[in-house]
Amino acid sequence: MVKINGIETETQGMTLTEYLQTTSYNPGRIAVERNGDIIPKAKYEETVLCDGDAIEIVSFVGGG
Amino acid sequence: MKDVVTKEELREALEERIGSRLLEKFESSTVAICGLGGLGSNIAISLARAGVGKLILIDFDRVDVSNMNRQQYKVAQIGMEKTEGLRENLREIAPYIELESHFVKLEDSNYHRLLKDADVICEAFDVAEEKSKLVDFVMENMPEKYLVAASGMAGLATPNSIKTHRVTSHFYLCGDGESDVEKLGSLFAPRVMLCAAHQATTVLRILAGKMEA
Repeated sequence: MVKINGIETETQGMTLTEYLQTTSYNPGRIAVERNGDIIPKAKYEETVLCDGDAIEIVSFVGGG
Repeated sequence: MKDVVTKEELREALEERIGSRLLEKFESSTVAICGLGGLGSNIAISLARAGVGKLILIDFDRVDVSNMNRQQYKVAQIGMEKTEGLRENLREIAPYIELESHFVKLEDSNYHRLLKDADVICEAFDVAEEKSKLVDFVMENMPEKYLVAASGMAGLATPNSIKTHRVTSHFYLCGDGESDVEKLGSLFAPRVMLCAAHQATTVLRILAGKMEA
């Protein structure tokens, strides 16, 4: 079980890149937090989601 | 109108309001502001008024007529570098604050050099990808820094949807998370100022040592 934005999912074993491809997130406009740390974009490919992980994905939109 | 207010007079007045313990924390702090538009210009003025000792101001843009609807510049400053315009305006409010300005685009090659002296970094860009890149860089390469970013303050949705969210121990995100200027087409001074006020308040809370979980 991997908790993503508060919802329990069966995504353990997927890489972050693989998971994001199943969603509408634009990787250039997000930050991903796993268990308290931000995962930089360069590591999405090698980051494997593990049982018990808590992930939060925050989106950036334009304007400032 | 009084022409000259001494550093001591301003300091004493502030100390009377906020106490010496907080004032000493604020005046010994350095905050970097990345982007000097609607968010950054308002954050800078709030922090200068609060007594923050040093601001690092970074932007590559010039004041434009289209900025007048929400950014803290004057018509007479159109065409001026934003770093210079904001410096002038801050000097009128807080003449003794230390200011370092960089008229340059922040990117991989200069993030570290320009941000290394900051205790807290404010992300105040307008382009979503630039926001995301800065967050990535700081969180990966400068994990000891606090970062206060913004996402979602366009349009005229309810002001009550603008919030501050602590994403990690060192990363805070302000805004409603969804009001995108590319979709809504407009930014309004008070709603942008609300988001900037969330950011500036969060900076002061970090400097004061009042961080909630």
